[in-house]
Amino acid sequence: MGKVNNNVPLEYSTEENNLKIFGFWTFLGAEIMLFGTLFASYFVLSGRTGDGPTAAEIFEIGPVLAETFILLTSSFTIGLAIHAMRLGSKKATLSFMGVTLLLGAAFISVEIYEFVHYVHVGAGITTSAFTSALLTTLGTHGLHVTFGLFWGIFIMIQIAKRGLNSVTAGKTFVFSLYWHFLDVVWIFIFSFIYLKGMM
Amino acid sequence: MSEFFAQFAVPHPSTLIYIAMASIVLGSIALVAIVTYFKLWGYLWREWITTVDHKKIGIMYLITALVMLFRGGVDAVMMRLQLAVPENGFLDAQHYNEVFTTHGVVMILFMAMPFITFFFNFLVPLQIGARDVAFPRLNNLAFWLFFMGMGLFNISFIVGGSPDAGWTSYFPLADNEFSTSVGTNYYMLALQIAGLGTLMTGINFITTIFKMRAPGMTLFKMPMFTWSALIANLIIVFAFPVLTVALAMGTMDRLWDTKFFAIGDGGMDMLWANLFWVWGHPEVYILILPAFGIFSEVISTFARRNLYGYTSMVWSLIVISVFSFAVWTHHFFTMGQGAFTNSIFSITTMAIAIPTGVKIFNWLFTLYKGKIVITTPMLYAMHFIPLFTLGGVTGVMLAMSAADYQYHNTMFLVAHFHNVIIPGVVYAMLAGLTFYWPKMFGFMLNERLGKATVWVMSFGFVLSFIPMYITGLDGQARRMYTYSEASGFSTLNMVSFVGAGIMSISFLMLVWNIWYSFKNSPRDIGSDPWDARGLEWATHTPIPHYNFAITPDVTDSTSEAFWDAKKNGTKLFKGEIQDIHMPNNSGQTFILSIFFFIGGFALVFSMFTLAIISLIGILACMGYRSLEDDHGYHIHKEEVELIEKKYDKEGGAK
Repeated sequence: MGKVNNNVPLEYSTEENNLKIFGFWTFLGAEIMLFGTLFASYFVLSGRTGDGPTAAEIFEIGPVLAETFILLTSSFTIGLAIHAMRLGSKKATLSFMGVTLLLGAAFISVEIYEFVHYVHVGAGITTSAFTSALLTTLGTHGLHVTFGLFWGIFIMIQIAKRGLNSVTAGKTFVFSLYWHFLDVVWIFIFSFIYLKGMM
Repeated sequence: MSEFFAQFAVPHPSTLIYIAMASIVLGSIALVAIVTYFKLWGYLWREWITTVDHKKIGIMYLITALVMLFRGGVDAVMMRLQLAVPENGFLDAQHYNEVFTTHGVVMILFMAMPFITFFFNFLVPLQIGARDVAFPRLNNLAFWLFFMGMGLFNISFIVGGSPDAGWTSYFPLADNEFSTSVGTNYYMLALQIAGLGTLMTGINFITTIFKMRAPGMTLFKMPMFTWSALIANLIIVFAFPVLTVALAMGTMDRLWDTKFFAIGDGGMDMLWANLFWVWGHPEVYILILPAFGIFSEVISTFARRNLYGYTSMVWSLIVISVFSFAVWTHHFFTMGQGAFTNSIFSITTMAIAIPTGVKIFNWLFTLYKGKIVITTPMLYAMHFIPLFTLGGVTGVMLAMSAADYQYHNTMFLVAHFHNVIIPGVVYAMLAGLTFYWPKMFGFMLNERLGKATVWVMSFGFVLSFIPMYITGLDGQARRMYTYSEASGFSTLNMVSFVGAGIMSISFLMLVWNIWYSFKNSPRDIGSDPWDARGLEWATHTPIPHYNFAITPDVTDSTSEAFWDAKKNGTKLFKGEIQDIHMPNNSGQTFILSIFFFIGGFALVFSMFTLAIISLIGILACMGYRSLEDDHGYHIHKEEVELIEKKYDKEGGAK
């Protein structure tokens, strides 16, 4: 543990945390490339539906709007959790993180419903190049959110047990970056996959 | 039951494969027996497997690279032997496919990549005056993931069958329909696991270089190798995720019948070619830029002169890294993308020759008026410059898309990229190995043997690859397992085979040199036997695990801080010795990597229950790590002083 600097927020107070936050930003650079590649592949394949259905035939606006509102709200609540953390309130931090994870779980539930619907209308992952690319892109985002749920729970356990210190604050902050990032990706999915597909 | 075991059998067995199997089994038994007999398991676990010391992790990468150099080299000699005479029956078509596929993958991903990662690990923290990398435990994990990927790839030729669709694994050739064995599954999953490790290395070293430089070391005071490492790692972080996605799609196409690259149902085989080369072309620069870094260190050291045009050297690295992402379709000019696209990529490809030329001229200007000392590393560098330039020139020939229709997919192409990669990457790695050997192990490699090795290697190289330019222009296709007598290729192919044999001898000479020097070289060489220039030489030999007792301060120095300290009397180590914080070793990373290996193996054979079990194992390891509280430990000031005093008494130079 390096020396503690009291003039900056808790999550930036140690040398180690500074390294971890910088490293995580670099990792997000790699994640941008990952999703960028998925999007590029999707755009190449989106019209290549073979004998299967097209985007306009299978997309439903209802669940997608629900997913969008749920996930955007969760981005707001994780922001509140970080705010509470900077004010030093363990209870408020935990509450807002809890709400965030619940919203994340709700998002995943709607997405599972959506996937079942796609399979039901004959748009499984093996139907055509379009459905393969669609479900892989959505699924990769969904898996990221699911992974985030477990990660968030493990961080909450640590905050509950050890309180807010430079270690738990650093982890929470990094988690919040991850969660915001997933939201940004979703905005791209919403705009360029769903809206474009429904037009 | 027998059905279960039958799936692991090699689908196209031959005597050669049986011999390889027997030797691998016997070799493994012998290795286990030796380790057990000398009671080394505990030592291996404590000192190596669980280590977070960047120097030791570096040496593990080095060993991996050298073993894979041997394996890839045997593949190469087998190919040259097969082609030495027309209509040869040494290898059949299928076996030849497997050999050129594994030769390519092993040499690029499991030889050259660990070799440069060895230099990242061993050199970067020392050159920037740091005690370790930013994330020591992630570093250990990165190595083991890489190692498990390598292991998974290498068992393919004794369990289930090797990949046979070329190192580029183009679809539809790599699809189930044409690649019927599990070989290509191995390719997809092994590269995925190793690639994860590489991505971690990239993140780790970017953070290390940006955040952990010694006081006073601005970006434009970083040693040349560190600059090349920074740029290469930035390329890694932006290129490897593309491979991750491509491999995941390829795996899904093969295992779950998705339609990304399939023919029919809308799938698009060219998407694979594009994604592969969006990663694959930058990958070439991931390899060559650190090699340039090593040559810069070697040339300025043995020309006894500061590197000419330091700033332009840095900018050319940056420009090359940007261009590297803008040239990928030159790998498939002939696949029908149209004249306009071909023209654009033709021009960007040729443009790379400009910053590369800047570097070549800077090295020449460094040599000009330098007091050149011909040592083994310097001899590698002197052979590199003309040979690599020849490779660059033929690269520009290939970049002319109209002309490329003539020599695409011929031996000309094979000759070109070996002409770049062998004098570029391999020579740099061996030059760096010889250069830093005394820093690692405390004795020098024999100079006479070393210089003879370089000459034999270059002679073998020229004999082996120059004829391929000619047969290529005459129309000998690559990846063909044989040719007719009437084609007239036989004499030149025989010459190539002899060249390959001579190159093999040079590698054996290297091995002999290591053994001979280990037995005979003097051990009292001090810590700066070459009269070198960078901070890495300001450490003791052997390097204590904390690297520097006092963090060096390079405010008053140039990019060659140690040289300045020797010549101008700059003080590098200011202040007092203090307690040093160190990270603890960890075995979890190794266990996590084992789960990755098992999971990868299970997916190769579509054993999904086992795959899910290993996924749970992976997540459990991550959860355990998340909850764990590990603060590392401190080496106390008194202890550091004691160690330092011992070095001073033994006369290790500062």
